[in-house]
Amino acid sequence: MKFGVVIFPGSNCDEDMVYVLESILGQQVERLWHKERDLKGVDFVVLPGGFSYGDYLRSGAIARFSPIMENVVKHANKGGYLMGICNGFQVLTEANLLPGALLHNTERKFICKNVHLLPQSERALMTNHLEFDRAYQIPVAHGEGNYFADAETLKALNDNDQVLFRYCDAEGNISEDTNPNGSVENIAGVMNENGNVFGMMPHPERASDSDLSNTDGREIFESILKNFVLS
Amino acid sequence: MSTAAAQELATLDQAQEMGLLPEEFEQIKSILGRTPNFTEMCVYSVMWSEHCSYKNSIKWLKTLPKDGPHMLVKAGEENAGLVDIGDGLGCAFKIESHNHPSAIEPYQGAATGVGGINRDIFTMGARPVAQLNSLRFGKLENPRTKWLLEGVVKGIGDYGNAFGIPVVGGEVFFDESYQVNPLVNAMSAGILTTDKIISATSKGPGNPVYIVGSSTGKDGIQGASFASKDITEDSANDLPSVQVGDPFQEKLLLEATLELANTDAIVGMQDMGAAGITCSSCEMSAAGEVGMDIHLDKVPLRQADMKPFEILLSESQERMLVVVHKGKEQIVEDIFEKWDLNAVNIGEVTDSPNIRYFNHGEIVAEVPAESLVLGGGAPVYEREYAEPAYYAEAQKFSIDQIEEPKDMVITARKMLSNFNIASKRWVWEQYDSMVGTGNMGTNRPSDAGVVNIKGTNRAIALTVDCNARYVNNDPEKGTMIAVAEAARNITCSGGIPSAITNCLNFGNPYNPEVYWQFVGAIKGMSEACRQFETPVTGGNVSFYNQTVDSDGTAKPVFPTPTIGMLGVLKDKSTHMSLDFKYKGDLIFLLGESRNDINSSEYLSSVHNVRLSPAPHFEMQEELKLQKCVQDLIKNNFINACHDVADGGLFVALFEMGLPGGLGFDVVSDSEVRKDAFLFGESQSRIVVSVTEDYEEEFIDMVGEHGIPLTLLGHVTKGKMVVDGEHYGFVQDLGDIYQNSIGDAMTK
Repeated sequence: MKFGVVIFPGSNCDEDMVYVLESILGQQVERLWHKERDLKGVDFVVLPGGFSYGDYLRSGAIARFSPIMENVVKHANKGGYLMGICNGFQVLTEANLLPGALLHNTERKFICKNVHLLPQSERALMTNHLEFDRAYQIPVAHGEGNYFADAETLKALNDNDQVLFRYCDAEGNISEDTNPNGSVENIAGVMNENGNVFGMMPHPERASDSDLSNTDGREIFESILKNFVLS
Repeated sequence: MSTAAAQELATLDQAQEMGLLPEEFEQIKSILGRTPNFTEMCVYSVMWSEHCSYKNSIKWLKTLPKDGPHMLVKAGEENAGLVDIGDGLGCAFKIESHNHPSAIEPYQGAATGVGGINRDIFTMGARPVAQLNSLRFGKLENPRTKWLLEGVVKGIGDYGNAFGIPVVGGEVFFDESYQVNPLVNAMSAGILTTDKIISATSKGPGNPVYIVGSSTGKDGIQGASFASKDITEDSANDLPSVQVGDPFQEKLLLEATLELANTDAIVGMQDMGAAGITCSSCEMSAAGEVGMDIHLDKVPLRQADMKPFEILLSESQERMLVVVHKGKEQIVEDIFEKWDLNAVNIGEVTDSPNIRYFNHGEIVAEVPAESLVLGGGAPVYEREYAEPAYYAEAQKFSIDQIEEPKDMVITARKMLSNFNIASKRWVWEQYDSMVGTGNMGTNRPSDAGVVNIKGTNRAIALTVDCNARYVNNDPEKGTMIAVAEAARNITCSGGIPSAITNCLNFGNPYNPEVYWQFVGAIKGMSEACRQFETPVTGGNVSFYNQTVDSDGTAKPVFPTPTIGMLGVLKDKSTHMSLDFKYKGDLIFLLGESRNDINSSEYLSSVHNVRLSPAPHFEMQEELKLQKCVQDLIKNNFINACHDVADGGLFVALFEMGLPGGLGFDVVSDSEVRKDAFLFGESQSRIVVSVTEDYEEEFIDMVGEHGIPLTLLGHVTKGKMVVDGEHYGFVQDLGDIYQNSIGDAMTK
């Protein structure tokens, strides 16, 4: 599997992502510079976290106009795999590749901490090899991670099994108390209807290295990879 | 070509208005052999300001130990100190204050403090891997304190989070002495390969000089002079002296700089902090013993109509001065083009001793570089000092004057909700503590921040410490304790203390009693750093931290010599965490319980006694204790380790239980008053937990080291019990402890 990690000016989780994919999971990785257009033949594009172009307008609002994004969008529209983490998720909603929007956290503060996620989608690559009754401990770090979608969109997301994760407690209970940012229905990540574009606010790459004593996030990447071993 | 002397000449009035003394103005005249023009006088006023010249502190700073077995770059030689951490890697680290800007514009003041300290690190070619900060405010009940805390934390967060370097540690302390003048000290640490160090020097006449990074604007003009005077009611008029930060530009500058470090194109580089172009051009030239011609009209500007002195003194952020090897200009320009940053040739290195600043071909200032810098011609003063009356008063205190509280359970709860003891979660959750995927403390908290050095077997440990109440009550001993506590935090995390950086926050140096505090602190720091073999690699001095009331009386802040310490874990698997692991594990105290509540948070907040001696501290005892703990960790005989610090033993036990939701059942010492046992802060004590399997080996090893050992009790499922009395469940008290500051902020 060949991954491509896009580097926008202001990306700051790009190398963390490369480290997990390359050094921990042993995958082939290309770095894709925002000013270039060539996707270098990658199978799976990742938009990492950070503050692309400074995020002075809205998070992710400018990045979608960069040269590389033109071909990333084409890649996704052709059914190619594309995943956005944190700022990458924001870019994907701004680019209308994923439904909904990410608003300011309800407390209007940046928040960085470990939270728990309950896997939801039985068909998504990122979750279909996870345990559905287990809470995965993954960190969040964002100021605008409050996922919003209108009622119609929400219904479609639920009906089509497009919700990847919901925020929960360590035992897997989903409630208002376990919602770190005000996201509607505790949604932490979604995919498109076609199942090839994914976005999530929490950072699985920050929970993948055994040196940091938490590898719950590695299982999310491994879930993706298992789909390709089997096929 | 006109000469500098042909410009409008400066007057003594102007010089004094800009902070120069009459004798300093005379000294400038004798250096130049003529009266300086206005622009030149501006250059001297900032370069000879306290902030840049250290004129009132350098005499004592020189007495600090600077050399150690692992030093690659000693204090003052470069932008930050550099320590060998093994495997061909070096760690550059430094702490700096941004107190005065933060007092009037907390958000930008704190943000640019973070930007400035990180630039000091990556200008040497090191990639920052960790940040820490040490913050001090007045009483949190005061609405202005809330405004300051909110702004400072948001400023640090917004800048650091976007820049993308994790915050791995810090401290927040509240005391009325900081009511008007908060302290904002920011620390950064970066890693480089030791063959890629970039030097802050200029060499080779004919080599081109570049300004890179952001454009220059009118922000922060004379920030260095502003930082060198008292905060008064009029300080808000100094708002233009506060710089404005842009973390996005800083991130681009970081990446471009590190790319540059991998080329052979550059001679030297220095970041522009205080006094902007002036300071960087003078210091680099003085270091390389060359001159420089700078054309100010070539500097990319953010706004039109900037006068030459404004361009020279601007403290616009995210800029660097780079001396490039002639013929390699294209390499530099291409890298900065890639990152969409300015890289403009504004001058060249000369073989004259002078720096000449031109505007449209006309010389606007000509000054000898050497005459401006610390270690060169900048003034050096010896200040008088005198012991203040309060010191003798403090030593008279006796524990017998204090009646023990009748209800210890209520007192314990009070302590846990006390803002100086309670969790600072409200603060640090606003900082990205995990970006870079190196923070080993996220899931295994320890007394110091521990950062994984990927691709090696090593990790570094970092901490900032200073109990300013101790220092106020006894500057020498209090500062020794600050160094010892920092070392103890490193040791308890599995590291070996390596070196320190310091941020010396004091009042007005012309006040002999303030200067007495300063001298005491330096003496204590020198002694402690010699004993721990942790040389001082650099840092900064921030004087004039005080409040001048409307009636003219000055109240200095608590003397606050913040210690930032670096430690090394040669084997990252020895990282030791502070949390209890298993119910039933044995809890031991290493070190002695004493009948000592001196200078404790308990004495100050519960009994409202501010003056008392510093708590018990004896250097040899401390050194032996730390050696013992280092051995215990190396041999894997303990599974949790936490030092007894602010709030005393009860707070330490509670903090060990909280992460795992575990409690403790312990017995007190009949020789010691119960309040002193639970809340006293006598030094050189460490709590550890041990599984029964290792009990014997553990006891033997502690015995070999000759350390007093007490079996306190054992870890419980969640109940906290002292002498059979139930103090509550850790989860319930955890809510009080976790939410105390957040609740206060939303009130």
